[in-house]
Amino acid sequence: MDCKNAQTLLDGYLDGELDPLRNLEIEDHLHGCTPCSQSYSDRQVIRSGLKTDSFYFKAPTDLHKRILRSVRQAAKAEAPMPWLSWSWLRVAAPVAAAALVVLMLVPFFAGPSSDELLTQDVVASHIRSLMVNHLADVPSTDEHTVKPWFNGKLDFSPPVDDLAKQGFPLIGGRLDYLDNRPVAALVYQRDKHVINVFIWPSNKTRQTGESIKAQQGYNVIRWSRSGMNFWVVSDLERNQLEKFVAMLKGQTTAT
Amino acid sequence: MGDQSKLTRFEQSILPHLDAAYNLARWLTRNEHDAEDIAQESYLRAFKFFDGFHGTDARAWLLAIVRNTCYTWLHQNRGRETMASFDEEIHTIENEASNPAKLVLKSDDREMLKEALEELPVEFREVVVLRDLEELSYKQVAEVANIPLGTVMSRLARARERLKRILCTRLKEKP
Repeated sequence: MDCKNAQTLLDGYLDGELDPLRNLEIEDHLHGCTPCSQSYSDRQVIRSGLKTDSFYFKAPTDLHKRILRSVRQAAKAEAPMPWLSWSWLRVAAPVAAAALVVLMLVPFFAGPSSDELLTQDVVASHIRSLMVNHLADVPSTDEHTVKPWFNGKLDFSPPVDDLAKQGFPLIGGRLDYLDNRPVAALVYQRDKHVINVFIWPSNKTRQTGESIKAQQGYNVIRWSRSGMNFWVVSDLERNQLEKFVAMLKGQTTAT
Repeated sequence: MGDQSKLTRFEQSILPHLDAAYNLARWLTRNEHDAEDIAQESYLRAFKFFDGFHGTDARAWLLAIVRNTCYTWLHQNRGRETMASFDEEIHTIENEASNPAKLVLKSDDREMLKEALEELPVEFREVVVLRDLEELSYKQVAEVANIPLGTVMSRLARARERLKRILCTRLKEKP
């Protein structure tokens, strides 16, 4: 081994990173070469100088606390809710997805709500009244004829008001069947549009506000008041029908 | 595994190497305050990437993060320090004949050695710190400094040679 090779491998020898054969070759060379052996001893001097404690900077104690605090904070930030970790989600996601599918299917299995059914029935009654030309059992524009007609046919007395002056003439009344009971149907007209007003006693004492729905091209407005349910159905446009409802309410209040 | 156990594993495997992290950052930045900031930032990075750590050498893994954080910081704050003064091909080993005097370091010369190490280009400084202070194997040094295994020995040789030259010059100037 020449000096050039020895110099290249000197650090590996010093650091104990050479294979045993190379170690022997280097040792052999250092025995017979003064410059290389001095070079080696210089490295040893430097290394032992570096190994003194003052060369190794130990972390200040408050840095340990600082880092611990910030890492724990980061851990919290990573998992804002401990039960919502990714591993938990991996398990929960399919369950949640299945639950969602079931929830979406429930309306088909459970069917429409009773309220939806009633709305359907109200609209169906309205349509039927027009189809079979059976608008009124008592065709009369006189409220004083229509109202007494219900006596004895129903167990309640519906409020009947003529709104001809306001452009919604009463054209008659009839018996109908809704919500598992006989109800009063008052028929009004606005131009060519027919308005059916279904009235029956409410089992709820409190009043409920107006609720408006559109179904099959008909507008349905309902409310409860003075112990009565009111359902108004017509193909009349919505703001016209709302105007009619306002008048009807004003009349029934006065009554 | 939940995040609680991640934190626990992190505290058990990575936190004990804080001295190593701080020591490397302190030598690479040559400043206590910056070293503390870099150590903290490195730990936060380490925690963030901890899920990706599957090895057994936690210290080398952490030191690689500290080293990268330091280099980013040096690049941002002391742009000229990295690589500017460093070119491995130019820094050839000097002829031993030019430094025939036998090196002797007395205990009060240690401060001189410390200064000499701080004067080394950062690429030389880091291999000396990792090998002689942190006592990592060449393989670990290669991993942390992100250099080929063969480069570790040659870079160490040049770094130590430089240290020796600086010391010889200073010792001669010493009254």
